[in-house]
Amino acid sequence: MDQRQIFLTILGMAAVTYAPRLLPTWLLSSRTLPRWLVIWLRHVPVAVLSAMLFPAILSDGGQLHLGLDNLFLLSAFPTLVVAWRTRSLFAPVATGVLLVALARRFFPL
Amino acid sequence: MTTKEQASTWAAVGSGVTRAVPIVLGYVPIGLTYGVLAQKAGLSGLNAVLMSLLVYAGSSQLVAAGLFGAGAPAPTIILTTFVVNLRHMLLSAAVSPYLKSWRKGELAAFAYELTDETFALHAVRFPSGVPPKGEVFAVNVTAQASWLLGTGLGVALGEIIGDVEPLGLDYVLPAMFIALSVMQMEDAIHVGVALFGGALSVALLLLGVAQWNVILATIIAASVGVCLELWTNDRSS
Repeated sequence: MDQRQIFLTILGMAAVTYAPRLLPTWLLSSRTLPRWLVIWLRHVPVAVLSAMLFPAILSDGGQLHLGLDNLFLLSAFPTLVVAWRTRSLFAPVATGVLLVALARRFFPL
Repeated sequence: MTTKEQASTWAAVGSGVTRAVPIVLGYVPIGLTYGVLAQKAGLSGLNAVLMSLLVYAGSSQLVAAGLFGAGAPAPTIILTTFVVNLRHMLLSAAVSPYLKSWRKGELAAFAYELTDETFALHAVRFPSGVPPKGEVFAVNVTAQASWLLGTGLGVALGEIIGDVEPLGLDYVLPAMFIALSVMQMEDAIHVGVALFGGALSVALLLLGVAQWNVILATIIAASVGVCLELWTNDRSS
């Protein structure tokens, strides 16, 4: 893609991101959403986050990659523990990134 | 406006900026990472910053940078962004009842800068009384300004950094997914939906469904979650 196409794609991303943020404020209340939709929307975040996470830490180039040489998978466990304890964004991200960087520095594969 | 009213407006803005500081501390480094990765994915500095200005949704921007870098077509990137950011609808629906007295233009400006983090601040504050608009908007604008600052720094840094792997920056996104998932977990059904959605996504990928695996797995897993929840509710009621 050239920069112009990238910009047009960004405009499309902006539109589909803004609509779900805006519409409920104009419709005013979650009560106007049907119950099944509210439940579905509540499940979307966990579903989409793990649908992106699992391939990122369990696969490599379309192949399953399990084992002790999978740095991303190994680092996921301490990251998960810190996330669970702190319930914050920054601490687990810093933990995971630091572990990956240190492991690459001291245990190059 | 009288001098006294002006003074109280500035006090409200000041307290909004102060309340946004914890968000700023998270947004600057993550925005910086996005800037670096966007630059490495082939986005111009201008486009990288425009995405932070126009889309302004952290994890989806990092995902999009990855998709641009992998040469994904525009419809895939836009649809993935839609699914990743659909959760904002729920956040928006949760705070909207408190803002019934606001004008449509004000709501439109407020909704534009609603993120997981600004929502978290507003959601704990609104039930005990919505603060002055100056304070609410100061929280939102400060947060986005820090995201833009981080992006700009990252784009500049991206031109200096040769390779992001020794710094572990390629792990920011997986780590963010873990942190955000944990924040969203409310009950056992959520854990089940997460494990099922993740496994399904990997299975689809191994079957050769690249790029669409995330969207398909999300829709199927969330729908299974709805069935499970309605079924358990019916049994318990």
